[in-house]
Amino acid sequence: MKKPRLAVFKFASCDGCQLQFLNAEDEILALGRLVDVVYFPEARGRMLAGPYDIAFVEGSVATPEDARRVVQVREESRFLVTIGACATAGGIQALRNWDDLDRYKSAVYPSPEFIAALSTSTPISEHVRVDYEIWGCPVDKRELLTVVRSLLSGAPPTLPSYSVCMECKRRGNVCVVVAKGEPCLGPVTRTGCGALCPAMNRGCYGCFGPADDQNMRSFARLLTSQGLSPEESIRRLRGINGYVRPWREAVDAINGKKNQDD
Amino acid sequence: MPSTERKTRTIRLGYVARVEGEVALQLTMRGGRVSDLKLKIFEPPRFFEAFLRGRESREVPDLVARICGICPVAYQMSAVHALEAMFGVSVDPAVRMLRRLYYCGEWIESHALHVHMLAAPDFLGCESIFTMAERNREAVERGLRIKKTGNAIVALLGGRSVHPVGTCVGGFTRAPRRQELAALREDLKRARDDVLECLKWVAGFDLPDRSGDIEFVSLRHPDEYPMNEGRIVSSKGIDAPADSFDELFEEHQVSYSNALHAKVRGRGAYFVGPLARVNLNFDRLGAEVASAAADTGIPWPNSNPYTSIVARAVEMLYAVHEALRIIDAYDPPGTPHADFSPRAATGRAITEAPRGALYHFYETDDAGLIRRARIVPPTSQNQAQIEADLRGLAPQLLDRTHAEATRMCEMAIRNYDPCISCSTHFLRLRIERE
Repeated sequence: MKKPRLAVFKFASCDGCQLQFLNAEDEILALGRLVDVVYFPEARGRMLAGPYDIAFVEGSVATPEDARRVVQVREESRFLVTIGACATAGGIQALRNWDDLDRYKSAVYPSPEFIAALSTSTPISEHVRVDYEIWGCPVDKRELLTVVRSLLSGAPPTLPSYSVCMECKRRGNVCVVVAKGEPCLGPVTRTGCGALCPAMNRGCYGCFGPADDQNMRSFARLLTSQGLSPEESIRRLRGINGYVRPWREAVDAINGKKNQDD
Repeated sequence: MPSTERKTRTIRLGYVARVEGEVALQLTMRGGRVSDLKLKIFEPPRFFEAFLRGRESREVPDLVARICGICPVAYQMSAVHALEAMFGVSVDPAVRMLRRLYYCGEWIESHALHVHMLAAPDFLGCESIFTMAERNREAVERGLRIKKTGNAIVALLGGRSVHPVGTCVGGFTRAPRRQELAALREDLKRARDDVLECLKWVAGFDLPDRSGDIEFVSLRHPDEYPMNEGRIVSSKGIDAPADSFDELFEEHQVSYSNALHAKVRGRGAYFVGPLARVNLNFDRLGAEVASAAADTGIPWPNSNPYTSIVARAVEMLYAVHEALRIIDAYDPPGTPHADFSPRAATGRAITEAPRGALYHFYETDDAGLIRRARIVPPTSQNQAQIEADLRGLAPQLLDRTHAEATRMCEMAIRNYDPCISCSTHFLRLRIERE
């Protein structure tokens, strides 16, 4: 049987999600036997042309050239799977979406006119059809391998989408909200990390994006009832996955309330 | 006019493979001499220094980690050191040692990745680690074990190896118990043997010799091999406090790249990273590591960029020894982190990322919100030196096939293990002959 052809593409990102393939030290050689890794600039010398059976896409669309390239990646790929917060939600660099690009450019570069960038950083799904999304900043190695395994065996991959709180209770963590009054995004954040932050004695900061069935209106009230100012609450939500719709809307709600009060 | 005088050849590498990030090279030669050379970093800019403005100081370690998935600890370390200096925070000595251990983990993980997955395939004529595993199974498995041990250290202290969550201004959110650290000992002891083998292996590679007139720059500490602290020193006589970075070096922008170039003021290109550190701190490696490094037959210090891969193996060995030493001496801190009160201040710090000196500057307002940030990663500091190396290499490329020329350029670039994601993976080479 011909081995499935696997590709890993990079857009605007830190490389941390594709690194999770290489961090699968116990599994990577087995993976190399199951698939042909034909396109993976970080891991091989020559890139082979499509079509690809499975394309993993890391990073957000943030330059005019990448907006064109992502269309081509889609055309060449049977399954397109986004990996990580950048590809799935626009990433931390989507903070520019609320600001002025020229101001951003001139904050970093002495000659901003040399820099070609879009005014927004957007998820892959705003540009092309996406088959599956893996959340996380970075994606969890086990979730990544689960998806590979499912796709190779012809089964639709499913990953849990309930909140970090469920995982946190199972892990036996002490709740940082109840015990320490520490603001925590766990109640509205998707599981997948293993409730890492509470286990490390701190509040979750939402790097796996929104859980299904969160009640953002009530959560925004929880943040303010913990003594956070509207600005502090907004900063909590406007982080790694700040551009994702439910959190964007929660920020709008806080802003609306703030304007009413003013 | 002899015909070679008119012969022009342009080499364009559209992307450089097996590096971390997106970079292209354009090289034009006329009559055997370079008339134009541009290393183009086309990694999309993500504007960290812009969006950091208005964020809280305590958020900075989580945010700057996202600059690089391969060396997030380095970004966190430079950030917390700068912010702690600004807010007058002094950390527990045990926390200081845990940070050193943290850095050992990242050096091991990052160097093992580069040596085995990015650089070694060049010397063995392989396309990737996957094809390399068919013929060099033992070396590949050894490399994966070393890398896993480095990742395990970072994950123990930070919760996970990529974008760890345990770092905070003042220390760690949680300090490990003594027995948790002790559990790493067996793997580290095995890694010590593995790295010794790895060191002999890479020293036996057919390393080109292109020694040049290079200014090496790194931190130097009174007693330790440099990681989090020290003075800035160079092989051409710099010896200055770390906070004088801006007086010593300048950054400038070139039209063809999304990363800023850096130079020694009034001089020119310089070289940061493992080879610079080993060259300038050989006497801080400790007797055992220094003797293993000397046994390779490679002279230290030396100015051949191709020995960088060996310098990386030397540093892995140092990091494994140092990690074992820290674990054995560990006494948990009274509290995992010191409290801090943010205030209006400016501050700067340099720490030694796996790829070299990483400079951070911050300015905060009264509430501790970031007003200004500046980050100078090792790869942008090395850019001008990489271009200088390629310029030196160019005459040898003239009569090579396209594939050979590509490989030679890529290897010259890979000496620096450039992490392009940081500076703002790839070389697509195009050669044009007129």
